[in-house]
Amino acid sequence: MAKLLQRYNDRERMNHWFIALMFVLAGLSGLAFFHPAFFFLTNLFGGGPWTRILHPFLGLLMVISFGALFVRLRAENRITDADREWKKHMGDMLKGDKASMPPVGKYNYGQKMVFWLMTLSLLVLVITGFMFWRPWFAPYFPIPVMRAAVLLHSVAAVVLILTTIVHVYAAIWVKGTVRAMTRGTVSEDWAKVNHRLWYDEAVKRRS
Amino acid sequence: MASLQSQDVVARSATTTATPQARSAVPQVAKLIDESKCIGCKACQVACMNWNDLRDDVGNNVGVYDNPADLTANSWTVMKFYEVEPKQGNLEWLIRKDGCMHCEDPGCLKACPSPGAIVKRANGIVDFMSENCIGCGYCVKGCPFDVPRISAKDNKAYKCTLCSDRVAVGLEPACVKTCPTGAIGFGTKDDMVAYGEKRVGELKERGFQNAGLYNPQGVGGTHVMYVMKHADQPELEGLPKDPTISPMVSVWKGIAKPLAVAGMIGAVVAGFFHYMKVGPVEEKNDEKENA
Ligand code: HEM
Ligand code: SF4
Ligand code: SF4
Ligand code: SF4
Repeated sequence: MAKLLQRYNDRERMNHWFIALMFVLAGLSGLAFFHPAFFFLTNLFGGGPWTRILHPFLGLLMVISFGALFVRLRAENRITDADREWKKHMGDMLKGDKASMPPVGKYNYGQKMVFWLMTLSLLVLVITGFMFWRPWFAPYFPIPVMRAAVLLHSVAAVVLILTTIVHVYAAIWVKGTVRAMTRGTVSEDWAKVNHRLWYDEAVKRRS
Repeated sequence: MASLQSQDVVARSATTTATPQARSAVPQVAKLIDESKCIGCKACQVACMNWNDLRDDVGNNVGVYDNPADLTANSWTVMKFYEVEPKQGNLEWLIRKDGCMHCEDPGCLKACPSPGAIVKRANGIVDFMSENCIGCGYCVKGCPFDVPRISAKDNKAYKCTLCSDRVAVGLEPACVKTCPTGAIGFGTKDDMVAYGEKRVGELKERGFQNAGLYNPQGVGGTHVMYVMKHADQPELEGLPKDPTISPMVSVWKGIAKPLAVAGMIGAVVAGFFHYMKVGPVEEKNDEKENA
């Protein structure tokens, strides 16, 4: 069995899974209102009125917990010139040609984009969400503003969901990744192949 | 009314299949409000309260006749008073009976996410079925006339029903029945349009060149219409000139929905096929290639 490297501590992992849980709950309760085909999802939350009551709180919990993750990982997700180089080879990676990818640090360009897209869409979701949160906040906003807010809210939700689909897929696709979040550790081989610069650093730090 | 089947539902909120509408051989109805005959007595407001068993909270008098100041969940019709000068130096007092317009193409129904919380009947009446209402307030965003109000007590949306319960048994709406000057008419839409046009002609003869019938086509026409002295400027009395369902609502409730659903399902399917075609990224294979 290969040697292991620590990638996330317990607090980061628990926070991540709390976000994921809240994402699923906020997402399902929100989708219920988005399209008639999804209205049946209100049954999971105790019916239409309860879904309407609960959704904003679930969303808020997700945003708050993501805030903690954002503060922790913001610096590591800054886009660099190396990322722009990596981006040019993204097509090769998708074709399965991992070998030609330039070495990356803790996160590659795709992961960083996921991070920033999630940040942006959650920001839009929370701001617009407050604008039509009944009964408490909606009365403070004029109707035309609320119309724009619901439209933006649903667009941002779809962006977040699409991003999360990519995010989850990447975790499934790149073998050995999921344990980073379930166990906190990854194999050295995984790190060498997928995050070479981070691997070098981690090994240096250890020795 | 929940279990009294009407079977005349031609449109139903958040519903993608046909609704029960066998009993649809009914004429389109309309209420015609002739502002030139209205004296602002508010008998219709009282009749509406009485028939519908509504009692609003006693508010504050702020020195104008409008009382209550606006529509509420318990005041489905309100007389609005406007002091305006359509021509410089020519003060006019316009009085309008505010309430739901019963749009042929109702924005409230389009926006509502709850199946069956808003229905449109074969006779043209737009009705809120409050037991299906979840209190989200989307109808407020969908309505071009700022009509629906959500009760603070039960978080359900309310508005004028056009007395659908009375009309269903062949009675005229309560406000129509009570109006002492005959300013509110009720009948088939065709008759009311014809009568409205006639009144407009009479007003024009008496010097109101801009008199007209307010039956805005942007929402497909309405089942509540006004005879106005200044139909060229409905803004004078707080009505939009060319009301339509906001493009924002149309995008949100139109193209955005199928596009987003297709996108989300498409992303998952694309991921599945990508995996099947390309296979996973595994360090072992890569190691060998690198070596
Ligand atoms: C529910 C299904 C989810 C699964 C299976 C999953 C899986 C993972 C895994 C395996 C990692 C570690 C990747 C690495 O270290 O290279 C990770 C990181 C991360 N996850 Fe999730 N996740 C899920 C949901 C979410 C949700 C809902 C969010 C927030 C909207 C989220 C935000 C993040 C972020 C920001 C990172 C850090 C990686 C980066 O900065 O790119 N995850 N996730
Ligand atoms: S508040 Fe009620 S009637 Fe209005 S859109 Fe929401 S569910 Fe429909
Ligand atoms: S006026 Fe507003 S509430 Fe009435 S039918 Fe038209 S959109 Fe619906
Ligand atoms: S039609 Fe009926 S519900 Fe509507 S304002 Fe008149 S009395 Fe009230």
